[in-house]
Amino acid sequence: MTTPLANYLVVAALLFSVGLAGALARRNAVLVLIGLELMLNAANLNFIAFWRFGPHAGELAGLMFVIFSIAVAAGEVAVGLALVIAVYRHRRTVQVDRLDSLKG
Amino acid sequence: MLNEIQFLLCASLTLAGAVAAMMLRNLVHCALCAAGAFAGLAALYLQLDAEFVGLAQLLIYVGAIAILIVFTIMLTRGEEIRPGVPIASPSWWVGLPVGALVLACLIGAVMASPSLVRLPAGAVHAPVRKIGEALMNGYVLPLQTIGLLLTAALLGAVVISLREPRNPESKTR
Repeated sequence: MTTPLANYLVVAALLFSVGLAGALARRNAVLVLIGLELMLNAANLNFIAFWRFGPHAGELAGLMFVIFSIAVAAGEVAVGLALVIAVYRHRRTVQVDRLDSLKG
Repeated sequence: MLNEIQFLLCASLTLAGAVAAMMLRNLVHCALCAAGAFAGLAALYLQLDAEFVGLAQLLIYVGAIAILIVFTIMLTRGEEIRPGVPIASPSWWVGLPVGALVLACLIGAVMASPSLVRLPAGAVHAPVRKIGEALMNGYVLPLQTIGLLLTAALLGAVVISLREPRNPESKTR
């Protein structure tokens, strides 16, 4: 175990930025959801890294947070993809720039 | 030394998968690359001695969520695959600078903090038995809440994606 904590944090920051840029820039709603998942995973990686390098690694709090976060993410992606399918059924498209009926 | 090679491999797999998932044109390729990124993250968790979380990540993300994404792509036949159709939204020029700005802030904060360049204290062991005992003792209320939340999410997903019954009024649309 010789990799310092900062390396993991840099990887998580890169992952978060890639997910954020993708979620903001892509047209397809499914890919926006994948970008959201990447951001959530970057946060989970930070939790695990801080748990492992922290002074109280025997306390398991970081691990528990990630377990619950993964469960919430699973529910979130199920509802999100169901919404994408429902939108596709009504509008015949999942391109986010064409779902503009609320635009003034 | 070996540990650093492992870290570099896992991190490059994760980041390459994430970048490819956000850049490719074919949606199925995007879903596969995202699954690769999730698998790389599971490897990183395993490397950080979090065996249970790593295997749960592999089961849930690579096993379940990737399949769900592939099914959604199949059911919503994307039109981006045809050449000439843009894959980026019209406001993509806002998204990229925002991502770069967030990255600069995060990297700057990590690099500016000398306390973050540290090595772990010692060997840590988090066996599944200990995690299960913690879940059943201290974390039993969150566990029950998560069960309720997952049930609600499952029912909500089914209800949202149900095909609506055709009645005469809605046929005119």
